[in-house]
Amino acid sequence: MSLPQILSQLSGGMVRTIGIFFLTLIFSLPLGLLVSFGRMVKNPVLKNLFKLYISVMRGTPLMLQLMVFYFGPYYLFRMNIGGNWRFIAIILSFSLNYAAYFAEIYRSGIESMPVGQYEAAKLLGYSRSQTFFRIIFPQVVKRILPSVTNEVITLVKDTSLAFAVAYMEMFTIAKQIAASKTTFMPFVVAAVFYYVFNLIVAVVMEKLEKKLDYYR
Amino acid sequence: MNYLEINHIKKSFGNLEVLKDISLTVKKGEVLAIIGPSGSGKSTLLRCATLLETMDGGELSYLGEKAVSMDASGRSVYAKPAELKEIRKKFGLVFQNFNLFPHYSVLRNVTDPLIHVQKKSKEEAYRIGRELLKKMGLSDKEAYYPCQLSGGQQQRVSIARALALNPQVLFFDEPTSALDPELTGEILKVIRDLAAEHMTMVIVTHEMNFAKNVANHVIFMEKGVIVEEGSPEEVFHSDNRRMQEFLGKYNEE
Repeated sequence: MSLPQILSQLSGGMVRTIGIFFLTLIFSLPLGLLVSFGRMVKNPVLKNLFKLYISVMRGTPLMLQLMVFYFGPYYLFRMNIGGNWRFIAIILSFSLNYAAYFAEIYRSGIESMPVGQYEAAKLLGYSRSQTFFRIIFPQVVKRILPSVTNEVITLVKDTSLAFAVAYMEMFTIAKQIAASKTTFMPFVVAAVFYYVFNLIVAVVMEKLEKKLDYYR
Repeated sequence: MNYLEINHIKKSFGNLEVLKDISLTVKKGEVLAIIGPSGSGKSTLLRCATLLETMDGGELSYLGEKAVSMDASGRSVYAKPAELKEIRKKFGLVFQNFNLFPHYSVLRNVTDPLIHVQKKSKEEAYRIGRELLKKMGLSDKEAYYPCQLSGGQQQRVSIARALALNPQVLFFDEPTSALDPELTGEILKVIRDLAAEHMTMVIVTHEMNFAKNVANHVIFMEKGVIVEEGSPEEVFHSDNRRMQEFLGKYNEE
């Protein structure tokens, strides 16, 4: 099997991989912020609930979570898990898993903010939500960007876990071709793909960091 | 009218009683300097007065409006949040370490509260902001970010930011403690100018010269009580032994 043939067979998978990547980010980044709020509330019941959520999400393998979400509805409720469910289960488990990691990153950033910023905002009459979104959050973003980059790079590679539920993303297809044609080539292509993808991620994140470099 | 009135403030942190029954009033146009050794409770007093810290006992009012009143046993009862929000508009605070917003330019630090809190138009906010920056001698710095300025310049921006909201009482919490002597001079000049315009001010300071020359009224605090108070003349020539010791240490320097 020639390289162009492999590439054309993998290309559809690449699009799906990129799809998982962006959808996960779109859902998990805001969700993570909400989870971090939940983790920081004063109410001990609510707080511990969010702590438990983060603990479970970080303490069990993503591949296992993926399977629980995919097969769970069938085993628990005898629901039909055909149609789009495979894809929905993937986005759901990825988003919920990454939200837990992002929540802790947000928390580290929010808790590192000097109390003086809140006090100045209070004295100037900013409301609580204005204080957060105008004063605190923009500075938090700058502080947490390097940690976020780490997670995003991990996410690129984690998309390959979708093979566990036989979703036709790039790695699943690469494995199939490799097995049926007994060639090593698809894995080389896959490696180059992930590497270049992450190179782009790193460059984009570095640009973002530079953009926020105008203040300390 | 009393612009600021504090009666019988008490405040403890755990078992440590930081403020023991402090009362004071500041009239319109008056400049009050609060001096005293570290740990005497001056900053806590100022933080209670600016509603950053909750007091345990006593009352607090601005221009006759009660922010905190006392119940029968002398414990503090705070006004409703909506009322406190109104009362907060009456005073401003300049912090020891400036607390400027680092992600905003100098001009935006001053104008952002005008636009987003006071809901003024951008044009008006910029006009007010530029006028104040000019007054602070920072016209050429409006596009700079706080990290590009010296400490003295940053403190002048924070004074402009506080003045922009047009407070009736302006508090200063050791405004020169984070600055070297040269920069201290430029802040003292600004405060002196404000005093000449009859700005009502309460200043917690370690600058004795400043308390001597700018304040109309001086309070010397120690261990949570007012040890001595009066005109600068009276306080700095007081016979009180503690006051003498405290001033002696400064004079030796």
